[in-house]
Amino acid sequence: MHFKLKIWRQPNRHTKGNLVDYELSGVEPDMSFLEMLDMLNEKLIVNGEAPVAFDHDCREGICGQCGLFINGRAHGPHDQITTCHVHMRAFKDGDTIFIEPFRASGFPVQKDLKVDRSAFDEIIAAGGFISVNTGQSPEANSILISQDTAEAAFDAAACIGCGACVASCKNASAALFTAAKISHLAQLPQGKLERKKRVLSMVKKMDELGFGACSSTGACEVECPQGISISHIATMNREYFK
Amino acid sequence: MIDPSTSFVPDPKVPPGPLENKWSNFKKTARLVSPNNRKKFKIIVVGTGLAGASAAASLAELGYEVSTFCFQDSPRRAHSVAAQGGVNAAKNYRNDGDSVYRMFFDTLKGGDFRAREANVYRLAECSAHLIDQAVAQGVPFAREYGGYLNNRSFGGVQVSRTFYARGQTGQQLLLGAYQAMMRQVGLGNVKSHTRHEMLDLVVEGGQARGILVRDLDNGKISRHAAHAVLLATGGFGKIYYLSTLAMGCNGTAIWRSHKKGALTACPSWTQIHPTCLPQSGDYQSKLTLMSESLRNDGRIWVPKKKDESRPAHQIPEQERDYYLERRYPSFGNLAPRDISSRAAKERIDAGFGVGKMKNAVYLDFEEAIREQGKATIKRKYGNLFDLYEKITGINAYQSPMLISPAAHFSMGGLWVDYELSTNIKGLYALGEANFSDHGANRLGANSLLQACVDGYYVIPYTLPHFLASLPKENVPSTDTPAFERAENQLKASLDKLLAIKGTKSVDHYHKALGKLLYDHCGLSRSAEGLQKAIALIKELREDFNQNVMIPGHSQEMNDELEKAGRVADYLEIGEQMCLDALTREESCGAHFREEYQTADGEALRRDKDFSFVSCWHRVEGKSVLVKEPLTFEFIQPTERSYK
Repeated sequence: MHFKLKIWRQPNRHTKGNLVDYELSGVEPDMSFLEMLDMLNEKLIVNGEAPVAFDHDCREGICGQCGLFINGRAHGPHDQITTCHVHMRAFKDGDTIFIEPFRASGFPVQKDLKVDRSAFDEIIAAGGFISVNTGQSPEANSILISQDTAEAAFDAAACIGCGACVASCKNASAALFTAAKISHLAQLPQGKLERKKRVLSMVKKMDELGFGACSSTGACEVECPQGISISHIATMNREYFK
Repeated sequence: MIDPSTSFVPDPKVPPGPLENKWSNFKKTARLVSPNNRKKFKIIVVGTGLAGASAAASLAELGYEVSTFCFQDSPRRAHSVAAQGGVNAAKNYRNDGDSVYRMFFDTLKGGDFRAREANVYRLAECSAHLIDQAVAQGVPFAREYGGYLNNRSFGGVQVSRTFYARGQTGQQLLLGAYQAMMRQVGLGNVKSHTRHEMLDLVVEGGQARGILVRDLDNGKISRHAAHAVLLATGGFGKIYYLSTLAMGCNGTAIWRSHKKGALTACPSWTQIHPTCLPQSGDYQSKLTLMSESLRNDGRIWVPKKKDESRPAHQIPEQERDYYLERRYPSFGNLAPRDISSRAAKERIDAGFGVGKMKNAVYLDFEEAIREQGKATIKRKYGNLFDLYEKITGINAYQSPMLISPAAHFSMGGLWVDYELSTNIKGLYALGEANFSDHGANRLGANSLLQACVDGYYVIPYTLPHFLASLPKENVPSTDTPAFERAENQLKASLDKLLAIKGTKSVDHYHKALGKLLYDHCGLSRSAEGLQKAIALIKELREDFNQNVMIPGHSQEMNDELEKAGRVADYLEIGEQMCLDALTREESCGAHFREEYQTADGEALRRDKDFSFVSCWHRVEGKSVLVKEPLTFEFIQPTERSYK
């Protein structure tokens, strides 16, 4: 397969970037999208050119590190999948592919396609936990949790922190990310005691960090690799106004 | 530095007394640091996976001043996140005969009697409480209808002691530890440095004094001093290039500490995981793991006929070879990983492999779906089936999965004593970064356990025991000749790498090394192959030093420079792995030497001559073997049979 690539290149946080054209041949349909970029970089490196910097690590959809804006969509052409799971068979031979970083004021571009998502850590540090010290806890089976509750809590807890929700929201809102953690912990008996304090401090932090308000368009849940529902945002709002 | 002229036997510092009292005896007599003095102690934790995050959270809660470092852009991304199947604990909720002693026995046997009894017992002893704690943190483990915790079986055992959160147990446990750590970050008790990679350990007067790190966003080198340095940097299975590990996983922190005097132990013991996606082309960067939990319901088979061309569903039952069930009737598809991987390789090498490259075996759910219904299978493994379809485009509810063995877990690592201390005072290694509890083969669902036990339960007792012994005038400082020297050397080494400006990429060398290791130091090893590999690795290293191409400079974000440092270390680690495998003239666990096998092709252990931990000491650039004898006081090693 052959592709025309238009890739965002930006030397660092403080310099303006632009789209640069590349051509790549010999791509195989079973290659992952990131392996296609590896192939491009291999060519650039042996020519002594700077390779394209992009975020990636586990390449199995769970670490949340990868995240590209491909042809105008966070994580590319499919719904609910990480960039590392996009394969070249999703494109047609000869296609032009636009590759950009996740864009949001809360996620400054570090270099090329890499962005700084440390704001997410700050939101968690503000209250995304249960205040229990390690080494102390009651017998696990003394806290009964119905299968439905455990499953529903898991649905929210599955968030990988990739930031596709922010990148796909026209307000660059972090509502889905923040709501997922609030909902996960508020549903469990262990997390109920702190629920009020948690939602107030996490939402406050989210606002401080420059993320916009929820746009209510549902764009985030389409791109969320874990399929986290926007109903959790409703839960967050309910918790907030309780 | 250790005096290279003295040969020594490292002291494992196992406490006295009966097996079941050793850990409580240690805790009873361990020195403590009083609460008002704890703030005076600085602790560095490198790596923020389960072991690092749990240690950082626990120590910060106690009141120590903790700094964490990770190369990822968030502590939550460490590769513990990718562990799928579960975590073991001797809760005996099923009333199926489980106990701490049985878990200890299973783990020691699973490791082919090449681990310390006392360490393994402590692992089992601490396991039950870990589940209590994870639940308290909000980890959404699977539940029964009545609201009680559910669990399942894993390879190498005959009880159900594996707790799980769908197929994302590692992620959920890590998020629990990460959240506990971020709580301490929010309280100002932990300073988290993300996108910072440790590039050297600073040792002075035989004691670890701190580390040098590179800020990966701007290339700046900085010095950090502390009373103790904890390495929780994970495994180095990525040395094989194609592996189940994340792209960034590396052996740099432990290897550079090794070069400063820390012993490594059994570096060649790498677990090759039996259920991974097979390689489908040369471009491939990753072999994704499919959880071992799938073997609870999936049946593994290959066609009985060589070069079978029919698709799986057209091959009738009597023409299928369920080779694990055939060879190991009592454990069947739940045989331990080393045995399952080797059995798969045996069938593939004999020409019975399936798939495009004939490099895979089938993992079939047809019978399970027929007996339990698709809905049940979906509830148990839905996300794994989804993952499989995302990568391969194949629906595994309709046709069997294709799986193949891939490099996975490092049982070897830095040598540590019972207190998790390396032989350098003040340097500790936790989780997969150390050698300790798994012997020559780790049982499934024990890696999450070990990482958590090291961080939550062991280090909060053993580290204060050390800190309390330090003299008052022992104040960490980065303004010392040792830091100065180390920083100058580090900067010079980075400049040297950048100055080569050759013609081949770092990945080129990494792939070549990976292939060499798969061929000669993988599932099966021989003296001839290992000697050949050592020579070839030396050549490859020389080639790398002459011809590697790293664009850019050191004062910027430079991914190729990061990778080059890791691969330069791999090129040295690889040689030591081969040497380690060469000197161990027996087969045990994941280490299978072709020269040492029974008549029916099983591993032949040689207890009389090889009941020891191979510790490696670096003297003038050469690896020198030091042995820690393994004594079995409570269980006599027996032939490890799963038949």
